[in-house]
Amino acid sequence: MPELGKYAAEVMAAYGVSLALLAAIVLLSLRKGRRARAELAQTEQSLGKARKDG
Amino acid sequence: MSLWEYANPVKFLGLSARVQPYLWAAAAICVSVGLTWGFFGTPEDFRQGSTVKIIYLHVPAALMAINAWFMMLVASLIWLIRRHHVSALAAKAAAPVGMTMTVIALVTGAIWGQPMWGTWWAWDPRLTSFLILFLFYLGYIALWEAVDDPDTAADLTSVLCLVGSVFAVLSRYAVRFWNQGLHQGTSVPVATGGRTVADVFFYPLLVSMIGFGLLFLALVLYRTGTEIRLRRTRALLARQGRDA
Repeated sequence: MPELGKYAAEVMAAYGVSLALLAAIVLLSLRKGRRARAELAQTEQSLGKARKDG
Repeated sequence: MSLWEYANPVKFLGLSARVQPYLWAAAAICVSVGLTWGFFGTPEDFRQGSTVKIIYLHVPAALMAINAWFMMLVASLIWLIRRHHVSALAAKAAAPVGMTMTVIALVTGAIWGQPMWGTWWAWDPRLTSFLILFLFYLGYIALWEAVDDPDTAADLTSVLCLVGSVFAVLSRYAVRFWNQGLHQGTSVPVATGGRTVADVFFYPLLVSMIGFGLLFLALVLYRTGTEIRLRRTRALLARQGRDA
């Protein structure tokens, strides 16, 4: 750990907030992406089934 | 081969899937190396003390906040002129990423400003234009959510993006237009090449800037794929509703 002196709180806060925000946008994007894939697969499957039955 | 081939969603998704693993890996490496190098491997500044380490977050985030809007501008213009859905969806996908970068720039700027300027915030030209840019990001995202018809939403948000570009330009060049305010000039002026940052701080900063740029690209490609899939699902469900 580097010696941050009297500004340690500011530096740590800046890194903490920024890394949390970067992690949030990555994780939220991945979650939305997985849901979109699953919804599309489900819709295509149900449409394919409906066509066969019809 | 033409660039316009990738206006085809299937071709875009194919290319995107091929390049994304490399982009994510390169982004992770550059961001990790840049921030670790900057945090652990650089000395204190003789005037700013350890707060200089905030530069490795603040400058790359601010750079990408502005560049993200320019990318959205180009994508919006392509939509308005050529009506390629992928470009409208790419602009939509980029907005939350650009907004996140803007928030990081604003928050780290405030945290850095307090000990250096004696205030968290000042109505300085660059800070104010950056805050307005953040509000434009919010408005842009809200407008996409507020309009049901995707083509109408793309039209309206594209026009909003054109208007907001004024503030993206101001955010970048405010310190040159108005020679006043607390915020100093550009640390790494690309046009003139005359940077004001010493090498010991500049090289980790450069790696961090490249990392943030690659992360932005990776996120936008991934999120554009998501938007294409959501649009396809909506179209299939609408067709199913019509056929039933």
